[in-house]
Amino acid sequence: MPEEVLIARSGDSQPAARSVGLSINGVKIAADPGATVLEAALAAGIYIPHLCYHPDLDPAGVCRLCMVEIEGRGMTIACRAPVEEGLVVRSDSPAVARVRRTAVELLVVNHHGDCLSCVKNNQCELQRIAAYVGIKPERLGRLRRPASKASVDTSNPFFDRDADKCVLCGICVRTCAELQGVGAVDFVGRGYETTVGTFAGGPIAESRCESCGECVVRCPVGALALKGFEVPAREVRTTCPYCGVGCGLLLGIRDDAIVSVRGDDLNPVNRGTLCVKGRFGHGFVRHPERLASPLVKRDGRFVPAAWDEALEVVAGGFAPYKGDRFAAIASAKCTNEENYLIQKFARVVMGTNNVDHCARLCHAPSVAGLAQSFGSGAMTNSIEEIAHAACILAVGTNTTEAHPVIGLEIRKAARQGARLIVVNPKEIELCRAAEFFLQNRPGTDVALLMGMMRVIVDEGLADTAFIHQRCENFEAFRQSLGEFDLDRVERITGVSREKIAAAARCYATHRPGMIFYAMGITQHTHGTDNVLATSNLALLTGNVGRPSSGVNPLRGQNNVQGACDMGALPNVYPGYQRVDNPEIRRKFEAAWGGPLSDRPGLTLTEIVQAAYAGTIGALYLVGENPTLSEADSSHVVEALKRLKFLVVQDIFLTETAELADVVLPAASFAEKDGTFTNTTRRVQRVRKALEPPGQAKPDWWIAAEIARRLGGKGFDFFQAGEIMEEIASLAPSYGGISYERLEQGGLPWPCPSPEHPGTPILHLERFATTSGKGKFVPLAYRPPAELPDDEYPLLLTTDRSLFHFHTGTMTRKVAGLDRLNGRELLKINPVDASRLGVASGERIQVASRRGKVTVEAQVTEVCPPGVVSMTFHFAESPTNVLTHCAVDPVSKIPETKVCAVRIEKAAP
Amino acid sequence: MTISFQELKRRSKETWKALRGSRRPTILVGTAACGRAVGASEVLEAFRRELDSRGLEGALIEVGCTGLCYAEPLVSIVKPSRPGVCYGNVTPEKARELVERCLVRDDPLPRDALGTIGEGRVDGIPRLVETAVFKPQVRRTLRNCGFIDPVRIGDYVANEGYSGLARALEIGPEQIIDQIKRSGLRGRGGAGFPTWRKWQLCREAQGAPKYVICNGSEGDPGTFSNKLLLESDPHSVLEGMLIAAYAVGAGRGYVYCPAEYALALQRLETALAQMEECGFLGDRILGSSFGFRITIKEGAGAYICGEETALVECIEGRRGVPRLRPPFPPTSGLWGLPTVINNVETLACAALIAQRGAEWFAELGTDKSKGTKLFCLSGNVKHGGVIEVPFGMTLREIVQAIGGGTSDGRPIKAVHTGGPGGGCLPPSLLDTPVDQDSLAVLGSSIGSGGVVVIDEDACIVDLARNSLDFAQREACGQCVPCRLGTRQMFDVLTDISRGRGQPDDLELLAELAEGVRLGSLCGLGQTAANTLLSTIRYFPDDYQAHIQRKQCPTAACTLTADEEPDPSLSLLGRGE
Repeated sequence: MPEEVLIARSGDSQPAARSVGLSINGVKIAADPGATVLEAALAAGIYIPHLCYHPDLDPAGVCRLCMVEIEGRGMTIACRAPVEEGLVVRSDSPAVARVRRTAVELLVVNHHGDCLSCVKNNQCELQRIAAYVGIKPERLGRLRRPASKASVDTSNPFFDRDADKCVLCGICVRTCAELQGVGAVDFVGRGYETTVGTFAGGPIAESRCESCGECVVRCPVGALALKGFEVPAREVRTTCPYCGVGCGLLLGIRDDAIVSVRGDDLNPVNRGTLCVKGRFGHGFVRHPERLASPLVKRDGRFVPAAWDEALEVVAGGFAPYKGDRFAAIASAKCTNEENYLIQKFARVVMGTNNVDHCARLCHAPSVAGLAQSFGSGAMTNSIEEIAHAACILAVGTNTTEAHPVIGLEIRKAARQGARLIVVNPKEIELCRAAEFFLQNRPGTDVALLMGMMRVIVDEGLADTAFIHQRCENFEAFRQSLGEFDLDRVERITGVSREKIAAAARCYATHRPGMIFYAMGITQHTHGTDNVLATSNLALLTGNVGRPSSGVNPLRGQNNVQGACDMGALPNVYPGYQRVDNPEIRRKFEAAWGGPLSDRPGLTLTEIVQAAYAGTIGALYLVGENPTLSEADSSHVVEALKRLKFLVVQDIFLTETAELADVVLPAASFAEKDGTFTNTTRRVQRVRKALEPPGQAKPDWWIAAEIARRLGGKGFDFFQAGEIMEEIASLAPSYGGISYERLEQGGLPWPCPSPEHPGTPILHLERFATTSGKGKFVPLAYRPPAELPDDEYPLLLTTDRSLFHFHTGTMTRKVAGLDRLNGRELLKINPVDASRLGVASGERIQVASRRGKVTVEAQVTEVCPPGVVSMTFHFAESPTNVLTHCAVDPVSKIPETKVCAVRIEKAAP
Repeated sequence: MTISFQELKRRSKETWKALRGSRRPTILVGTAACGRAVGASEVLEAFRRELDSRGLEGALIEVGCTGLCYAEPLVSIVKPSRPGVCYGNVTPEKARELVERCLVRDDPLPRDALGTIGEGRVDGIPRLVETAVFKPQVRRTLRNCGFIDPVRIGDYVANEGYSGLARALEIGPEQIIDQIKRSGLRGRGGAGFPTWRKWQLCREAQGAPKYVICNGSEGDPGTFSNKLLLESDPHSVLEGMLIAAYAVGAGRGYVYCPAEYALALQRLETALAQMEECGFLGDRILGSSFGFRITIKEGAGAYICGEETALVECIEGRRGVPRLRPPFPPTSGLWGLPTVINNVETLACAALIAQRGAEWFAELGTDKSKGTKLFCLSGNVKHGGVIEVPFGMTLREIVQAIGGGTSDGRPIKAVHTGGPGGGCLPPSLLDTPVDQDSLAVLGSSIGSGGVVVIDEDACIVDLARNSLDFAQREACGQCVPCRLGTRQMFDVLTDISRGRGQPDDLELLAELAEGVRLGSLCGLGQTAANTLLSTIRYFPDDYQAHIQRKQCPTAACTLTADEEPDPSLSLLGRGE
């Protein structure tokens, strides 16, 4: 789609190059060139009735209500007539009015249901049109009223579809196809019997519908209606608590509850769009099982306690373990301010750098790898740039499931002509939009990417000027390509050499190209090498430091970027300032008013090992559920049991909290102020919309209270904004960030000063490395730590479901999400299934060297033969009992993407 | 390497002469779908057995339909000694008799003969071209139908086939478009758009490849001439496609043919294979730099897919619904590329123009409608079938002289032309000369050539209701006025025909008709009420009888068990 059309449509205040003058109903107006007559009229405040027009969609021209008369041309529909200089348009000539009246009267007699009891009452376009046209009973009385279709599809937990109210404007059909790229609904039948239906006419819940609700919010009438909708009394603008995309939300509040959720049209991250979790996944906030009081374990049972009492127990429990026998695990779900305080508490009060968080399990290799090659471990580019990429390489990311709104942008870009290359062991949804699908064996990405680079170098497709001017260490890297002739690469990856070569040429010759990756790249014992392979590839083709290019690790949790930025990592202070740099340490000692340890602390995986070994005695664990999320989780449970003192701070009594000595009730995202930093480094506000349940408190308040009771100084904060001031004073990349500025919208770091506009694109002129150059890193292929053998013949890989988040702490508490996806399904190829005699729906036992779980099988060609996959959202079948805790030597991430398993039929 | 066109033509003429002029008798059996429907296959088999059992020499050739569908199965017997004789309504028994009498005993059975074919005379048998059915006709498009073997490309070539293409390649694209322009050819599918303009627009449009689509989606009730052409002379249509493609610079073509036209599809496939063999398809057609390939697209039975943009959607693999225009297909059609979409008959005409020249074509017809037109006669008419007459002939000649009036002699009440978007004319207007514009003034149209004769026993209200029923079922369903308006008119007409009409219903129908005509997105909706409006205009008394006296003058509007009124249908606000 041409850019100028978008500008004209979006109603941006950007001044158009030249405006077009026309007259509508005698009023002279100036319109953006490229606008339609309807858009021009609406922009000028002149109402022309319309049902099937929606600013986000291509005009369909089917409702025929925007009929106008254009002088010299006769009647035409305004939604398809481009504005032209000097047009004379009338929207209410007698002929137009007659035609429109007939159409509206027909719509009204074919519309069943009572307006006052309709969810869309007062927001219904048909009501508005009927009011405009003026309905006369004596005219309506002449018309025959057809029978009610009387079919309401209530199968979706979040919305209903009522055919009797449908006007067949097709907005839902076009939203699903054009915007979402899903195509769950379309017109079916012919003539008067035409309806909007699903494939084969089944209920919507059994269709390919992803329940994003985008059609529901666009439906102009009550045909698509939210279940249990209430008109909110007020709306609070905030940031979604789920994945790292960081969509803007408007929480509708009424009577101390969330009654509606809308996407924030003003937020450039999602421009109003939301996925099923973001729109419908907030039922956990007012869930009855929310922790409402501190709990202290006495004689093996939790007893509610007052804050004072509980905090005293905590302080007393931590006090003996000051130094490296203490560790804190911060939370990628908490705000920047909270993570900052937790690491500050560990460092200055407890005197240890033993602080880490779950980024260790997702993007530690990104931080390590990209820091090495680019000097900074984060997404280099922004979401808005996806639309203008010429090529997109999605490797090891099931984007539409795990980062749905970015998945949407990728699908949209592909539809508008960007070349899409998908590299994934599984045939994911994105493959439908892809030009190339390279289905490699799990754990062979280094070989595949190096193979692609070999082709690019051999065929002279590398960007030599960029390499020469902006990179270093190319020669050593080039030599390491010698190992990756395509015969060997084909043998290792299982992908044909022709396909690899074609994909390499495609990426190299369609610039700018963006690389996206996620856990498929990082969760390996060679995760850092994988990351380096992507950065080598981007450097090789000059795809860094330019718009719509770059290496873009998609961060999993809402604030995993921020938790890293805040120094909830064992080796760095806030702003990635190293703890083993004396100068830096002195700066923090001065700021925090106390001596700091110069020893880098233990990583999350090492903390667990140390707890198991008994070298760590006390653990402060915030908003994290490692008994489900960590590899080899039986071992984790045992490690936590061996601790002398465990404090868990969460919003629910999680599987991990059950093991704690003290459980502290925290406020959810909707109940506190703060900031999240999304995957594009964009710092965005989180705003308090509700009071926390019972005595629950924001995590920053709790951390500060504990610190104070252990003698900590500099923990006297009354509002989250004050913490941000301290962060800005210590972390240079956050130097210019303040709540005042964030009121105008998010800011992408680096934002070093109050005047700085933020940095959507990294490495524009120089890399953040010490030399300022992008560094090529020679790589060798290393196979995964545990591969299938005779005893455990299948390869298990782990993935995510669109409907759930992480260990399900929040999403499993949302009844509708649990209805759409309520149990683990082990995906298995039909070849393996038939060999094992397993059918879809059958209960099977999956066993690895570390444990076994019982799950239901789903026979599907999504997995290639020899590979099975499971999510890890379900406590009933904890997948990480099976996974392997072998770690990447650099980043210490466990290899949760590859382990060997055996499958047997479960005992009935 | 294929042989040259000249060589192919020479060989084809030789073969044709050898067969038709041989010393053996030749038996032509019309086995198009209309013939097969009444036993032509059995007749063919009877001839074969009879010849075999008697050890007689004789060539048995399957041909298409001459258009005399009422007389099928049709058989022509040509003997070296005399002109061919055509026999109608032949049964297997009659076939055996014909062999015995005509071949063995040389008795041409004048009593059973329809007429003679070719030069010379046979006592007691009129020349076919002088019979009442044939005499007013000018058979140009139909020239080969029923006379050549449609599965032999040589038969077509021997009768000047593909010489139009050869000529086009000689004179160049601009010249051929000019020929089409000077011929005055307008589209035969109903809209009557000048063919050359479409071609010119497409030729000038940017984009490659360009496409030519042959629209064979003949959906109007009472039309079957496209089917006849595709079954009986497929190459005449395909030659037209090649010429169109060459003229506009297209490289790919599609023939859209309904799946229910099974025989036509079979004949098309055979024809395409033969074209490839003879070098009429592929990269360098007839040694020129022009390359073209044709794919057959089977339609799945939706009427709306005859609308050219819906047809394009359908070929693209999507739901067949009309597109908003502009852009028009010549600039943005299939896959958004320049596309010419012509009706089957139009393409056959184009081939003829290329063969015989613009002047020859334009010497027949009226000022604005040149050439001849195929009409499909059906309803209560004696000589039902496909006819070809010059534009300008009156409906009365068509229906009375050629059609022979009603089959049972009952007076004609109305003549319906132009399919659902056409209209009904009373006997008093049958002297109107028919061309592509004249009937519109009277509230009807020729559409794609359907002519349905209605006798006095048929109910006009029921006819209008039927026409709206068709529209409300066959509309694509996307635009509001057409989807809901056609249904509303159908519901009102149902009430009227069931004696539940209201005094202001005619006014309501007129309003609805206007709203649907002006508001609808495509031709279907814009013309859906035409039949209704023409019946109200010419037969107001019939409506009044139904509405005021609650009577159907013909007693045709009686409730049958499966037509019980929908109990949910009620008058809003009035109750029942």
